[in-house]
Amino acid sequence: MTTGTHPEPRILICGEDALVVEFGNGIDPVTNDRVYELAAAVEAAGNTSVVELIPTYRSLLVHYNIEMSSIDDMTGFLNDLVASSTPSTDDHDNSPRRIYELPVAYGGAHGEDLNDVADHSGITADEVIAIHSGTDYRVYMLGFAPGFPYLGGMDERIATPRLASPRVRVPAGSVGIADTQTGVYPMASPGGWRLIGNTPVSLFDPDADPPVPFLPGSFIRFVPVSSEEAERIANQVADGTYRVHMTEGGG
Amino acid sequence: MTVDALRVVSPGPLSTIQDLGRPGYQRFGVSVSGAADRYALRLGNLLVGNDQRGAAIEVTIGGAEFEFTSPAIFAITGADLSPTLNGAPIALWETVSAAVGDRLSLMSPAGPDSGLRAYVNVSGGFDTPPVLGSRSTHVGARLGGIQGRALEADDEIPIGPVTNPVLPGRRVPRDLLPHYGGDIVARVVPGPQDDLFDSDATATFYDSAYTVSDKSDRMGCRLEGPEVPAIDGAHDIVSDGVLSGAIQIPGDSQPIILLADRQTTGGYAKIGVIASVDLALVAQASPGATVRFERISAEDAAALARDRMATLRDISFDEPASRIIHADELRREYDLQIDGADYRVEITSGVNSGHTTARVNGIEYVVHIHPGE
Repeated sequence: MTTGTHPEPRILICGEDALVVEFGNGIDPVTNDRVYELAAAVEAAGNTSVVELIPTYRSLLVHYNIEMSSIDDMTGFLNDLVASSTPSTDDHDNSPRRIYELPVAYGGAHGEDLNDVADHSGITADEVIAIHSGTDYRVYMLGFAPGFPYLGGMDERIATPRLASPRVRVPAGSVGIADTQTGVYPMASPGGWRLIGNTPVSLFDPDADPPVPFLPGSFIRFVPVSSEEAERIANQVADGTYRVHMTEGGG
Repeated sequence: MTVDALRVVSPGPLSTIQDLGRPGYQRFGVSVSGAADRYALRLGNLLVGNDQRGAAIEVTIGGAEFEFTSPAIFAITGADLSPTLNGAPIALWETVSAAVGDRLSLMSPAGPDSGLRAYVNVSGGFDTPPVLGSRSTHVGARLGGIQGRALEADDEIPIGPVTNPVLPGRRVPRDLLPHYGGDIVARVVPGPQDDLFDSDATATFYDSAYTVSDKSDRMGCRLEGPEVPAIDGAHDIVSDGVLSGAIQIPGDSQPIILLADRQTTGGYAKIGVIASVDLALVAQASPGATVRFERISAEDAAALARDRMATLRDISFDEPASRIIHADELRREYDLQIDGADYRVEITSGVNSGHTTARVNGIEYVVHIHPGE
């Protein structure tokens, strides 16, 4: 698997009613920024034949209505948008960031593997928490399951292999580490990630619109809270009165 | 007042509520889901007088039984799972009238070429609560249907109000019926990662017959046959967006055709995407059936899809000898043919006069309605 950005974006055919604009083959912030810049440009263009967009690490899938458009028209439409957008080759960190703060109760019953991660990393549990909550993680994309964020940017000092034998049931909201990745389980499921904490925030609520409290292409910051605070937030989430705190600013 | 409903006596291996799915939320990781065989669902809805997007029950393989707790007009479309009403065989692709207490059974595939998934469509549609704009059930994500799960015995599935009444005996024209076969040819638009396969692997893919595996489900139709190796074994790609009909070739070099419950993104190379008009046949393929692939351009596949949508939009069904001439809340008018004689029947509800009248060939009768019968 190579990394990096294509010299020119490629427009690929994906069946009779979709095109994929591919900016590169790798997982990196520069390529990912271009995906979300194009997604924003497509939405701003207000083209009613666009049915749905699926932004991912390095490409944007554009699903269109074949009764309103054709492959030639859509290729032209996307080529024009790609040509008119200037790639942010440097200083991409200066573009405004949306940072969503997710409260996390670390360790104990909330994260049974916190001490194992500390032992594996040769540091204390408090240092693991400080490192894990000290970074803003890019939400490269959502996928796998509703609300599941693919996060980038974890500090390699706390990288820890998956469990040799996955748990049968991981509770919803569990925050885990798998090798150099970190993530959150939106709903209870089997899983082999090392669990270090739990967020009381619901990552997927089908009664809310949008159903996920953060947007792909934004950033997540884990904020350590006490068990008591987590319980208080959980009650607010249950009441429907909790709002995820979002800040907007330079990187 | 009780709600019109269908009660589940036995759901069989897998029965779920499905409509045309839940598009618009894929960027949040929400699968589109919906009927595996969209064509059978659309035809079924139109046949019973519903919008094409109405919700039906998708019954897989058979072993399912339902009881009507209210009178209804219904139709079975899709696979021939040997449907019966109170034990008597009924026709597919045709509206049938059910009375309270009638039992509908879908037993088992009538033959190897009968398809896998039948749709129970009712006039009014099944009216379970929509979730993110759709009633479709995605069991993995626990969304839609009844509490996000497959149907269970004793579930009462509410039926919505009938807005466009139809009579029993209404049929889908024969030339529009799909042919579910044991030997399927599926047309494929190459891409988006067809360049990861060399000419030998590509020739193998298009020249071979693949067998449908029994590991197939609503997420994907898994195939077994000659290997389609990626160049340098690079089957794994950086995950990107996927659609229904996409053909993934994972590390074991065996194709998987993604179906309704597929995830929104995937990390395997996709050699092509099946034309939507052929995808229903794949979704209906039983384990052991063979699939062959044939190239088609995106333009030609889109033209086929446009033709099909136009066909559905302009469809005219084979109407029974009896026809509905007019229907609104106060007055219904029918042309009936009974034993070769023609009758024009007009029924007027008694909102003002307090009694219902029926006019048959111009002669008026007062109709006595006995509640509860």
